[in-house]
Amino acid sequence: MAVSKDDLMVHIKEEWCKGCGICIAYCPKKVLGFNEHGKVSMLDRDNCIKCGMCEMRCPDFAIFLGGKENV
Amino acid sequence: MNNPLVENYFRVDKLPHIWCPGCGHGIIMSAIARAIEKSGLDKDKVCIVSGIGCSSRAPGYMDFNTLHTTHGRALAFATGVKLANPELEVIVIAGDGDLSAIGGNHLIHAARRNINLTTICFNNNIYGMTGGQYSPTTATGDKGTTAPYGNIDRPFDITQLAAGAGATYAAKATVYHVNQLQKYIEAAIGHKGFSMVEAVSVCPTYYGRKNKKGSAVDMMNWLKDSFVDMKIAEKMPEKAVGKFVMGEYVNKVEPEYTELYDQVIERLKG
Repeated sequence: MAVSKDDLMVHIKEEWCKGCGICIAYCPKKVLGFNEHGKVSMLDRDNCIKCGMCEMRCPDFAIFLGGKENV
Repeated sequence: MNNPLVENYFRVDKLPHIWCPGCGHGIIMSAIARAIEKSGLDKDKVCIVSGIGCSSRAPGYMDFNTLHTTHGRALAFATGVKLANPELEVIVIAGDGDLSAIGGNHLIHAARRNINLTTICFNNNIYGMTGGQYSPTTATGDKGTTAPYGNIDRPFDITQLAAGAGATYAAKATVYHVNQLQKYIEAAIGHKGFSMVEAVSVCPTYYGRKNKKGSAVDMMNWLKDSFVDMKIAEKMPEKAVGKFVMGEYVNKVEPEYTELYDQVIERLKG
């Protein structure tokens, strides 16, 4: 069953992020950035198009597109 | 809260993995898990086999039947697993050194036999785990701890090596071109016969530092700029000048080894 993008959001597991910056560099909408700990952070959730490219290129499973109920 | 992919296909208590920040290997491991999920395989019918090296740690994190073997011998062990249990989907994970130097002999013969194994080569162009020695895929002129003045060897093209040895599926993609990489891994899993996908990775810690390639992102950008799709290279050869070509190099059907073996058994039953 196809899941609507409205039901999805980007989740970040900060404790697994190693701060390589790959997801930030290739986010097509540039909605990601580093936080004060040098880890990835969602800066502009409203403009996230939920393409999932951050998840595909994250080497550490630290960012992913999942259901909103996972929050 | 975890990614459902991680919950389903990984040993969560073993994560986070020990690979360095920006190491491309995690991207390949995740592409393999996604390809397995898309292929609809039963977890209990998948066996992942590795040798020694950074890449070979992957089966420790992946929640399937897994086998971590000796240096270069993953394909030899995998051949045994496959012949004993032909119904298993056997996936071999090997680094460039493990696969083409220490295990180069096993690679060419597994390919020659066309045994139904899926090999994913994590090619980071260096021996990362042992401290950055140059490998058979290190480009001529590049540096390693054992080539401080630049490597004088010519590098192997592992995809072409496997194809030349008889692999019936051989493809290459990079960790930047991750959609394509996942697609080739899926095709390799579905392929009957020896299949190999060369996943061009990045090693920012050793290869990157030794060769002043910059950060992980800089190295990913280099992959983006240096690799051109085979279809584009064929249509517009001028775009491929001085670049590496990725794509499906071989995709053909030939008699498969475990089936030929079964036929011998059937014939001799009389």
